[in-house]
Amino acid sequence: MRNAFAAEMADLAEADQRIVLMSGDIGNRLFDRFKNCYPKRFLNCGVAEANMVSMAAGMAMCGFRPVAYTIASFMTSRCFEQIRVDLCYHNVPVVIVGVGAGLSYAANGPTHHSCEDVAILRALPHITVICPADPIETRLALKAALANDGPCYIRLGKKGEPNLHGNIPEFLIGKGIVVHRGSGVCLLGTGTILPVAVEAAERLGKDGIRPEVVSLHTVKPLDEELLFDVFSRFEVVVTVEEHSVIGGLGSAVAEWIADHPFLKGRLYRIGTADRFIHEAGGQEHARKHFGLTPEAIAQKVTSWVRGGAVEVK
Amino acid sequence: MCRAIRTRLVEMSHQAGVPHLGSSLSCVEILAAAYWGGLNLDPSCPDDPDRDRFILSKGHAASTLYAALALRGFFPLSLLDDFAKAGSRFPEHPSPHCLPGVEVATGSLGHGLSLALGMALAGRIQARKFRSFAVLSDGECNEGTVWEAALFAGGQKLDRVGVIIDYNKWQATGRSNEVMALEPMREKWNSFGWSTYEIDGHDLKALGSTIRAVPDGTGKPVAVVAHTVKGKGVSFMEDDNNWHYRVPSASELAEAKREIESLA
Repeated sequence: MRNAFAAEMADLAEADQRIVLMSGDIGNRLFDRFKNCYPKRFLNCGVAEANMVSMAAGMAMCGFRPVAYTIASFMTSRCFEQIRVDLCYHNVPVVIVGVGAGLSYAANGPTHHSCEDVAILRALPHITVICPADPIETRLALKAALANDGPCYIRLGKKGEPNLHGNIPEFLIGKGIVVHRGSGVCLLGTGTILPVAVEAAERLGKDGIRPEVVSLHTVKPLDEELLFDVFSRFEVVVTVEEHSVIGGLGSAVAEWIADHPFLKGRLYRIGTADRFIHEAGGQEHARKHFGLTPEAIAQKVTSWVRGGAVEVK
Repeated sequence: MCRAIRTRLVEMSHQAGVPHLGSSLSCVEILAAAYWGGLNLDPSCPDDPDRDRFILSKGHAASTLYAALALRGFFPLSLLDDFAKAGSRFPEHPSPHCLPGVEVATGSLGHGLSLALGMALAGRIQARKFRSFAVLSDGECNEGTVWEAALFAGGQKLDRVGVIIDYNKWQATGRSNEVMALEPMREKWNSFGWSTYEIDGHDLKALGSTIRAVPDGTGKPVAVVAHTVKGKGVSFMEDDNNWHYRVPSASELAEAKREIESLA
């Protein structure tokens, strides 16, 4: 994903002189092409993320389209107030990009986990929150975000994520992408967990359950039209995210369904639990810890579809 | 002009019941020097892309900014009567684009200098000649982001940036040097790669010439440590930190106005 991001940055910067790339002293060699082609428009802002965000706001006020990039936890929770005041209150077109979101950098420990970034950011007025599912959506999200006239957060994984899409889908902010059609149950996924959700759906297929799978890449604003459709058509709707069940996509949909209580679908949420991990291990290990594997997701969905209770770890 | 601003400040604080009067009074000359000769600004074109940017980072002194802008002709003086009134366009701390000439919303300390740096970076890429200034309080220098910005500007040699410290020696609840080790203030900015000046923050001439001289030829950003008196201009408010939060009564207002108007 980060390679797709870097490639798209360089591509877009060629056509749009307003684009500047600000890095919080990460991405060694990642941005070589951008730096070589547009040296004046690349700024290493040092390990000073809060200052980077405010400077991005100042640049946007003078007509630029800054993209600020660093590790997700430092891009969001560390400088939440700068995002709130300088980006959102002023409603300026700055794109902040958090790499290593969710459990992508699990091996680095909870200082580098980011399972609450969506929760805190989507509470802010004006901001758009996009969680691309794969490298293809990453490129499309960046292009869409830079064409958007307000602040935007793009939540990335790391590198080597598989492509979810076989071709280039239509990508619109606030409009989900149906990955494949199904019946009875719908998996609403967001971000890099989507391929896991797809694998879970494939497993469920063997048991005769054929879920519809949707990439709900934009958590804010929600695709209300799609939610109306999904909660009208499906008995069971499951949100899947590599983010805390507190405040993420699951919460956003729960808030929406609270305002639309007469639709038939029942909502279930799958995400990370309300705790830090106190053991070493990479992303796969951490996903297993939180039940974010195809097996665990399929097991929960089976239970919900068949009406039984399931204990969520 | 400073007398006119101060008179407005005490009136606005009294009418609106808004505190931070001591902080507003301490930076009157700084803003007067900036808006009357220091900055390249045209009140009839507040959005001119080549204008100098001026950010009152210590947003709690917003009344000084509003009064200065009104007196400088950015908007009618009568608008000041709406200061902080329910439903009016401009609250106790500036909101974005609340009035012509207000560059940014401030009020949360430690943002203004970074915003000014972003504007300076934009100007550098655009090859524009404008300068960016931020006025900080000494208490504001407690904020870590001030020093993130100071390091960045020093490293990037953003010589079209100026910071003015309204150094009135007080912060909300105590002597600023007793709360945190701000001294030696000038040496701190020096060591962060800034060209530094230390002046009387109530000396209009010194302030004006220092502001006009940015960039000063050193290739460095400019930091001006402006020594000021909190509550300046009203004897019973001067250097009395109770006026960080107090609002003048009717009799105190009358007395304050008498004193201000009798000043040379």
